[in-house]
Amino acid sequence: MARKLLLDKIGIEGIRYYDVYRKNGGYASVEKVLKTMSPDDVTKEVKKSGLRGRGGAGFPTGLKWSFLAKPAGVPRYLVCNADESEPGTFKDRFLMEFIPHLLIEGLIVSSYATGSNRTYIYIRGEFGWIVEILEQAIAEANNNGWLGKNILGSGFDCEIFVHPGAGAYICGEETALLESLEGKRGNPRIKPPFPAVKGLYGCPTVVNNVETLATVVPIISMGGDEYAKIGIGKSAGTKLISACGNINKPGVYEIEMNISVEEFLYSDEYCGGIANGKRLKACVPGGSSVPILPANLLLKTAKGETRMMTYESLSDGGFQTGSMLGSGGFIVYDEDQCIVRNTYSFARFYRHESCGQCSPCREGTLWLTKILYDIEYGKGKMKDIDLLWHVQGNIEGNTICPLGDAAAWPVAAAIRHFRDEFEWHITNPEEAQRRNYGLAHYADTLQAEV
Amino acid sequence: MIKFSEQKLKEIEQIISHYPEGKQKSALLPVLHIAQQEFGGWLSVETMDYVATVLNLLPIEVYEVATFYSMYNLKPVGRYIFEVCQTGPCITKGSDNIIKYIEEKLGIKPGETTADGLFTLKTVECLGACGYAPMMQLGKSYREHLTKEKVNAIIEECRMNAEKNN
Ligand SMILES: Cc1cc2nc3c(=O)[nH]c(=O)nc-3n(C[C@H](O)[C@H](O)[C@H](O)COP(=O)(O)O)c2cc1C
Ligand code: SF4
Ligand code: FES
Repeated sequence: MARKLLLDKIGIEGIRYYDVYRKNGGYASVEKVLKTMSPDDVTKEVKKSGLRGRGGAGFPTGLKWSFLAKPAGVPRYLVCNADESEPGTFKDRFLMEFIPHLLIEGLIVSSYATGSNRTYIYIRGEFGWIVEILEQAIAEANNNGWLGKNILGSGFDCEIFVHPGAGAYICGEETALLESLEGKRGNPRIKPPFPAVKGLYGCPTVVNNVETLATVVPIISMGGDEYAKIGIGKSAGTKLISACGNINKPGVYEIEMNISVEEFLYSDEYCGGIANGKRLKACVPGGSSVPILPANLLLKTAKGETRMMTYESLSDGGFQTGSMLGSGGFIVYDEDQCIVRNTYSFARFYRHESCGQCSPCREGTLWLTKILYDIEYGKGKMKDIDLLWHVQGNIEGNTICPLGDAAAWPVAAAIRHFRDEFEWHITNPEEAQRRNYGLAHYADTLQAEV
Repeated sequence: MIKFSEQKLKEIEQIISHYPEGKQKSALLPVLHIAQQEFGGWLSVETMDYVATVLNLLPIEVYEVATFYSMYNLKPVGRYIFEVCQTGPCITKGSDNIIKYIEEKLGIKPGETTADGLFTLKTVECLGACGYAPMMQLGKSYREHLTKEKVNAIIEECRMNAEKNN
């Protein structure tokens, strides 16, 4: 069994509640930092751990904290990003639902490190029942002296509030999130200034993902150096992966970042292989925004090396033959799935979620959706494929926030790897309404050999 | 004239206190959720104007926000809203068929409400439940691993609840 640092206690009955959580060693990291460490010590420890943001971009967390401006007399804010809306991603929800105190504990320690006396959890509005779970956990932590004024006699004050969004993927982007938290439309801000200098209410702010902040707890208890030893190189530690699609065991798994994609996909400890005896066609390994990989590039890189579940290995080959670890949303497609339909659904998603501020994103996502709709529903023309390529290329890099890129990449990757399937849809419009293209030459090499 | 109950006004006071002095605009999203729940499941202009007075905002500040976020209904809706996810991961698990089945069962298309005012069908984008697909949101809860049988049971459940509460 692999080592678990976040979900190690998930099987304990009642771990959702304070008493059980505390009895099993909960809140020890708060005691440790408030009694024996300075805020800078905590940041140093997180830096040493090599922890990278788990929200998708993988930016080093300790470094981010150290950028925080500290002008005298100005409050600083820590905001937890629990917007979790990237298709394929449902890991933060799992953590908040089943072990909410781990997040609260991580938030208290991280608030201390960043000097935040008022910390917000911005959670997607659809997770209504999780709002209640978190509010209960916060009340329990309050009643037991872990929050409030002068916590453990340290002189540190901290309150945590849950703030529900109202349905907008773009509010996961950190500056849109801050706008939304201020009661406005979720329009991303132009950077700079970065939130570390001018964030919530114009004050220095750190925004971190749920999993990132929860991971601070094991880092403090084991020490940054120990944590850094787990995983491979710059992919330090453990990572939550939410696995879905046509696999035997969809769910949320904590992996050490030193296992292969093959092990993750086929071993019974994790996904348990492709469901219903089907063969693997493709995989989106890091949430809908990252490039799709055909089976023959998933388990091995183009160089023939074993592909690992790490930031570096999943992106090996760049966008030509690689992808990204992203948010850890691992979506698996079997031979019966239609790549055109999937690409259309993602385009429609980004079209729906574009905030509309930049014309390349607003218009581009509309065009991608329209063209893909035509191809999917039997009205496509051969030149549409090049048009798609052209439109996605005009979005990428020309927008205020990365949503534009996130809309362009899945289309580019689908055409790059599955062009023949698009062509087949266009040349066989009627047949394409009745059946799927199947595997063509993307056969699952692993299974084919058996 | 609509008005929040004393209890709701207290709840709103509480929410405003979560934000620094003078930043009560931050309470807008949570207060709109409460308003929608209290005043018929959607946000009429009257409701939005009322929220503006409660939070001391301009009406336009409220309209801007209400029209941006997908959870706010700007038109009347049925008592039970089936918000079925239609994004890629759910498609791999047959959400297309579930949507079609609900359309047939209720005799409505996405965006429509049944004549008795009980059900509205909405197709929505990923709700963060991809591993438990196909799925839909119903009020504050998620209904996951949907099958035709489960859909039937949910419809029955809603009908029974509606009768009980009438
Ligand atoms: C369109 C878009 C959506 C995003 N959605 C999320 C999200 O739901 N959750 C999240 O943690 N980060 C999301 N991010 C990344 C955040 O902008 C930010 O990088 C992250 O919260 C930082 O936390 P981390 O360093 O701990 O990962 C999103 C980014 C973009 C561009
Ligand atoms: S890229 Fe799209 S989502 Fe991002 S700011 Fe521009 S229009 Fe809005
Ligand atoms: S795709 Fe349906 S819940 Fe994520």
